[in-house]
Amino acid sequence: MDVPLHRSLGLTDDEAADIVRILGREPNHLELAMYAVMWSEHCSYKSSRVHLKRLPTEAPWVLVGPGENAGVVDVGDDIAAAIRIESHNHPSAIEPYQGAATGVGGILRDIFTMGARPIALMDPLRFGPLDDARSRWILEGVVSGISGYGNSVGVPTVGGEVVCDETYAENPLVNVLCLGLLPTDRLVLGQASGVGNLAVLLGSATGRDGIGGVSVLASAGFGDEETEQAKRPSVQVGDPFEEKRLIEACLTLLNAKLVVGIQDLGGAGLTCATSETASRGGVGMDVDVSAVPLRERGMEPFETMTSESQERMLAIVTPDDLDAVLSICERWEVRATVIGRVTEGGRLRILDGFAGEVLADVPASSLHDAAPLYDRPLRRPDPVPAIPDHVDPVDPGGDLLAMLMDTTWVSSQYDHQLFLNTVEGPGGDAVVLRLKHPETGVETGRGLALTTDGNHRWCAVDPRGGTAMVVSEALLNLACVGARPVALVNCLNFGNPEHPEVMWQLSEAIDGMSAACLAFDTPVVGGNVSLYNESRGRDIDPTPVVGLLGVIDRLDKPPPGVVWSEGDEVVLIGPRTAALGASRWAALHHGDGRPVGSLPDLDLLLHGVVARTTRALVVDDLLGGIHDVADGGLAVTLGEMVARSGCGARLSGMTGFGELFAEGGSRVVAAVASANLEEVERRCVAAGVPLTVLGRAGGSRLVVDDLLDLEVSAVAAAWHGTLPEALAAGATH
Amino acid sequence: MSARIGVVLFPGSNCELDVQEVARAAGQETTILWHGDRTVDGVDAVVIPGGFAHGDYLRPGAIARFSPVMTAIEEFAAAGGPVVGICNGFQVLTEAGLLPGALQKNRGLRFLCSTVEVRVESTNSVLTSGAESGTTLRLPVNHFEGNYTCSAETLAMLRSEDRVVLRYVDNPNGSMDDIAGICSRERNVVGLMPHPERASSSLLGSEDGLVLLQSLYRSISRSS
Repeated sequence: MDVPLHRSLGLTDDEAADIVRILGREPNHLELAMYAVMWSEHCSYKSSRVHLKRLPTEAPWVLVGPGENAGVVDVGDDIAAAIRIESHNHPSAIEPYQGAATGVGGILRDIFTMGARPIALMDPLRFGPLDDARSRWILEGVVSGISGYGNSVGVPTVGGEVVCDETYAENPLVNVLCLGLLPTDRLVLGQASGVGNLAVLLGSATGRDGIGGVSVLASAGFGDEETEQAKRPSVQVGDPFEEKRLIEACLTLLNAKLVVGIQDLGGAGLTCATSETASRGGVGMDVDVSAVPLRERGMEPFETMTSESQERMLAIVTPDDLDAVLSICERWEVRATVIGRVTEGGRLRILDGFAGEVLADVPASSLHDAAPLYDRPLRRPDPVPAIPDHVDPVDPGGDLLAMLMDTTWVSSQYDHQLFLNTVEGPGGDAVVLRLKHPETGVETGRGLALTTDGNHRWCAVDPRGGTAMVVSEALLNLACVGARPVALVNCLNFGNPEHPEVMWQLSEAIDGMSAACLAFDTPVVGGNVSLYNESRGRDIDPTPVVGLLGVIDRLDKPPPGVVWSEGDEVVLIGPRTAALGASRWAALHHGDGRPVGSLPDLDLLLHGVVARTTRALVVDDLLGGIHDVADGGLAVTLGEMVARSGCGARLSGMTGFGELFAEGGSRVVAAVASANLEEVERRCVAAGVPLTVLGRAGGSRLVVDDLLDLEVSAVAAAWHGTLPEALAAGATH
Repeated sequence: MSARIGVVLFPGSNCELDVQEVARAAGQETTILWHGDRTVDGVDAVVIPGGFAHGDYLRPGAIARFSPVMTAIEEFAAAGGPVVGICNGFQVLTEAGLLPGALQKNRGLRFLCSTVEVRVESTNSVLTSGAESGTTLRLPVNHFEGNYTCSAETLAMLRSEDRVVLRYVDNPNGSMDDIAGICSRERNVVGLMPHPERASSSLLGSEDGLVLLQSLYRSISRSS
């Protein structure tokens, strides 16, 4: 029996019935295709919206909250920062280079759509284990895609994460964050207004690439090899040079105030851009599909309207400004074609020539507002196994060496210095950028800080507590560079929402994020939900990734950095803990690689105090080095400080090896010159923050009495060697 | 007073703002030279900045050399005007024949963004006149095609004419003879892969590029 058309497009029977109700008639093929992409999980957030509204989104400095192309916050000196994070997980699993490259292209358009010049990209990446040849193929392809597109398009990639774990073996996570700056008074929104105004399509011609990307790729899980191969044509192909010209042309148009509204073409292509601009502006639009420049012959209107060809924008301009717009586009060699007209009423009509046949006629807002909303069933999954009561350290030194991984192999392939802003680049606790006015270039003497964080083990064990810990880690990372938080964006990477356990994880994670953001007075200004991260019916561990933007009020020196020097006192700031639940160590030794145990307690109030105290110590230049304690625990913190400074340390007083590998939050390791120790202690005592002197930096060994004793050179070699050595083994598709 | 340093802008260039920012901070005037213009009138020096001119399609610099502004730059150089090509600018200069040799893909076939040490080998050029011979500078590199190559005859000529102005201390890309920068026979055209403008402030990690850029600024005041 033939599958009904709506089902092959990804719509359920109920959804198809809704469409009939909205139109008062049966939809034709084109209309059905338009609803299918707009009502896809990717575009409509139909499974997550009921939960997302529990996130705190307001603060006096928020100019644009969630729901627009990017969140925008006021960062002072008449400068606004636009920020967004997105996932390109599914395309990258199938075609790593193009999947990652077009992820970069898409997020850039979201940012300059707001009138902002993109100034920084970050890439939180998660792959399968390094000993798996296919995971290495994906990693190499994704990194080359980010490098190839990001470098060429001329936006620095200043940081990110690289995590390798078995949970991502068949479903890697390729998230990308972009930060842009704009003069506060230039903020533009993606909306159409003014009946009679023109919709001008800018950029690339439209081809058959990426048709149904949001519905076929992003809103379904992975099956067998053959179906995956068949999905490859749904991956778009990127052209960074086209995008670079598009950025310059659009920013020139915006500077000259020649556009009424502007919208990028991303998921769901023209259908989304035309209906979104029209419905936001409370108007309708006539679209002449025959006017759209095409890359190939014989394309059907439904293909043109749902293609996800890259490097395209839709500008709404007045007829009077059209010539000026076309001339700026010509200078930048950007194609510009009038394809639509703003109309009265709220209908989106697709026409074959403005005076020609009506091919589709739907209420523009119904593609968005009438999208289904699912409150899917939730079910708490079985708890993960507990850790045995008595666990023994076999070889803490060896465990530490096995956990170290320098990601320079990745970050050295990214231009991370362009625009002369990068004070602290990849590899630190947080990125630090100089804050210059985006138009005048005038330095403010202040800085911005950015970090992305995620931890699937914490969230698998307890999605609510784990997500709160992830937000807390991000806060502490900002504190380590002297920054206070101003805005959070999130990329919620979860499994199949039709599994009640996954919906429970999502709902819990949102509550955990909400609690932490409220505690830290940090608004959520945007997010992206990536569902159906599953393969052969197995969901990934829940992986909310957060991007946190901070402000540094005085930036006259680089942050202390992940180092210490000969003779520094090494201190632990924050509460001590030896609880191994949810830790990497426990997964390795007692979970066969899977998360085990229960999450360590997190006191959000105390955490906020630790972060504030740390920030003040950094700002007042009392520390010689600093690093937070997170994945891999204190051991990895110490190991990275040793590897990066080339200097050992002699430490003592641990209660046991548990203290080395516990991952409970609210802790940083700081290097303090002896002369400053008293003042640092005084401040911690005054704030009620525990401080423990662990020992002193120096020498050529890292010694933790009774627990480990390693040569500095061995620590450095393990740290530097992990990634290049694993990748030298080659990769296979 | 007219602007002095012309910074060339091809579609795809991306370091033009950085070069201008650093020059202005040093009190210089700058102006953009659009790739489609046929003149460089009114400037006293030309900088071709880094980036991906014309997307680096075909190969870096291969299309940019045909831009109308390049003819004007050739005439400007022939008349003794200072011309500096940084990174992609160096690639453009070799494609245009203003400097000998070529830049091929890095050894290891990966893009490289890193800070490296280069040694000043000759102070007889518009970009190195203010530096001390033998000094080591910490400069960022950021390229995929930075691996300098040329024929044995050309290399012998470059060496005998003292035209290798900068060499890598620890060769990061496989460049022949560790070459990081060279100049023309008349010493007024210089191409280099490292980015001096990115080493312009201690806050960004190095100020070692300033000595090179100041050499260029001084060469202008001398020649005008």
